[in-house]
Amino acid sequence: MALLEIEGLDVRFRTTNGLFPAVEDANLSVDKGEVLAIVGESGSGKSVSMLATMGLLPWTAEVSADKMAFDGQDLRQLTSRQRRKIVGGEMSMIFQEPMSSLNPCFTVGTQIDEMLRQHLGGSRKERKERALDLLAQVGIPDPKKRIGAYPHQLSGGMSQRVMIAMAISCNPRLLIADEPTTALDVTIQAQILDLLLELQQDTGMALILITHDMGVVAETAQQVIVQYAGRQVERQEVKALFAHPRHPYTEALLSALPERAGDQARLPTIPGVVPGQLNRPSGCLFNPRCRYATEHCRQVEPKALADDPARTLCHYPL
Amino acid sequence: MLKFILVKLAQLIPTFIGVTIVAFSFIRLLPGDPIILLAGERGISPERYAQLSAELGFDRPLVVQYWDFLSGLLQGDLGTSLVTHTRVVDEFFSRFPATVELSLVALLIAVIIGLPAGVIAATRRGSWIDHGVMGVSLTGYSMPIFWWGLLAIMLFSSTLGWTPVSGRISYLYFVDSVTGFLTIDTLLAGNWDAFWSALHHLILPAIVLGTIPMAVIARQTRSSMLEVQGEDYVRTARAKGLSNFRVVMVHTLRNALITVVTVIGLQVGLLLSGAILTETIFSWPGIGKWMVDAITRRDYAAVQGALVLIALIIMLINLLVDIAYGVINPRIRH
Ligand SMILES: Nc1ncnc2c1ncn2[C@@H]1O[C@H](COP(=O)(O)OP(=O)(O)OP(=O)(O)O)[C@@H](O)[C@H]1O
Ligand SMILES: [Mg+2]
Repeated sequence: MALLEIEGLDVRFRTTNGLFPAVEDANLSVDKGEVLAIVGESGSGKSVSMLATMGLLPWTAEVSADKMAFDGQDLRQLTSRQRRKIVGGEMSMIFQEPMSSLNPCFTVGTQIDEMLRQHLGGSRKERKERALDLLAQVGIPDPKKRIGAYPHQLSGGMSQRVMIAMAISCNPRLLIADEPTTALDVTIQAQILDLLLELQQDTGMALILITHDMGVVAETAQQVIVQYAGRQVERQEVKALFAHPRHPYTEALLSALPERAGDQARLPTIPGVVPGQLNRPSGCLFNPRCRYATEHCRQVEPKALADDPARTLCHYPL
Repeated sequence: MLKFILVKLAQLIPTFIGVTIVAFSFIRLLPGDPIILLAGERGISPERYAQLSAELGFDRPLVVQYWDFLSGLLQGDLGTSLVTHTRVVDEFFSRFPATVELSLVALLIAVIIGLPAGVIAATRRGSWIDHGVMGVSLTGYSMPIFWWGLLAIMLFSSTLGWTPVSGRISYLYFVDSVTGFLTIDTLLAGNWDAFWSALHHLILPAIVLGTIPMAVIARQTRSSMLEVQGEDYVRTARAKGLSNFRVVMVHTLRNALITVVTVIGLQVGLLLSGAILTETIFSWPGIGKWMVDAITRRDYAAVQGALVLIALIIMLINLLVDIAYGVINPRIRH
């Protein structure tokens, strides 16, 4: 049995212009100890689908799913009290913006302690020791001093380390990392990713890594889901995906990688942008940017074929 | 923290000087002459007028008079009232506790009701509770104090007979003044009947005076809570699996309070000015009523002295608010 299993997840936002489908028919399954990457451009619904899983979307969101199970427990059926045991304890998440994700009014120590008290308990002294251990584990120098620091005294990289310490503090079985390095300096990005993977290896937790970066995917993940405009256009094992991308969008993402671009002076880019709420094309959502698009693509929405393990959302898979 | 306070204190000096200039000129800019008003209907002969004017120092150039006022002030001397010949400080502080008691209770009512109302409205945004709270507070905010005060007296005092119409305490009771707050002094004296009487007199004017701050606090709390609710760190708090109560009361409210405390501080100035109106309506023997009298009589010393004292008190309170702000907002402290 997979650790997290999601089928047919739909998320719609109530907006002044009616319902906006941010995620449609998302499917995902992560096994224990596995690393799954979700890639896609800005606005493709990566964050929204994971926030829906954690139950963190604002009240304007309507979430529905055919299946949403964590370790066999149906997340849709749980009372909010039961759900809070899982969220934070067994399944935790770190976010895109480390600087604004920590509460400015409380010290690092207080914020970690709060999590420990909620899920693990223990005496004040035990919790403090655990917090110090965690800070050391995520590579924060001088934890004794930093435990009393306020978030505004930390750099972005340090904040993200604290977020990671907090997220792993209760030994979760699944960590969702939503673009954990996007807001950080390039030099820090690699350190944070290394830290995450090291922790994943050490603890054996499963990791869902959301990223824009195909290079990161190649180095880290076992499974990859490619998402575009709220839809999963393809999912494959990482080796297969890099060897034989099935969807034109995946192919375009891969050819934008420096090592694939060969000696071209400029990296190839994908023309256009992800359609937003007001400019959704008819037919295949990717058709305005797809170099293989035909009249058929512009008219008819593609459906994944049941016998296609990659579940490619394309009329003409590569 | 000490440095923070010292810097804040230093910043008050120019404000203080500005206040003395305004206080000094304000009453002199009003038409009317204190000596003529003092003489009353009998009138006064020009010789006697000149003599009095010289005695009181009104014949000297304004700059000299101002300098006199300022140097007296710096030595802690606010002068004596033209009318009663008692020291302005004594007159002021014998009445001030009545005003403070009224304002404090008004502010207390405003916070105790306004803050939770704002929190509830924000957590139930868009519900009938939210609309109710916002509607009532808008009404309260728009109600002129004298109108609302008279309305309240008519309804609760005249028609329903729940509260007395005016004054601080029934004339049946006499208690020694220790703090100047009758509710506390009566308790210290162990006189329960007198305490109830004082409370009874206090409650209606305090509600009337507290209405606008209550509305302001409720609205500010609601909007700050809504703003903070959308912050990333509130999402983090939810992601930790904390109870909804903890997310709202600890993570959201704590941050929302930063702006609410500032707004509460700003209410203090409004409270004192509102107190003047409220005291006049309810015949509450505080500085408000006394100042209105002093202005009518062009009692220069009393008015300018009282204005400076009030300004000083407001500045002091704002300083305290700044300090409180530093305590709840770590980003300011460091
Ligand atoms: N609270 C919300 N209300 C309305 N629309 C929203 C809300 N949150 C997200 N969306 C919309 O949902 C879509 C998907 O957003 P999402 O944040 O999941 O993108 P993403 O793939 O994580 O992008 P990024 O790489 O920029 O993080 C976007 O078009 C976004 O505008
Ligand atoms: Mg995102």
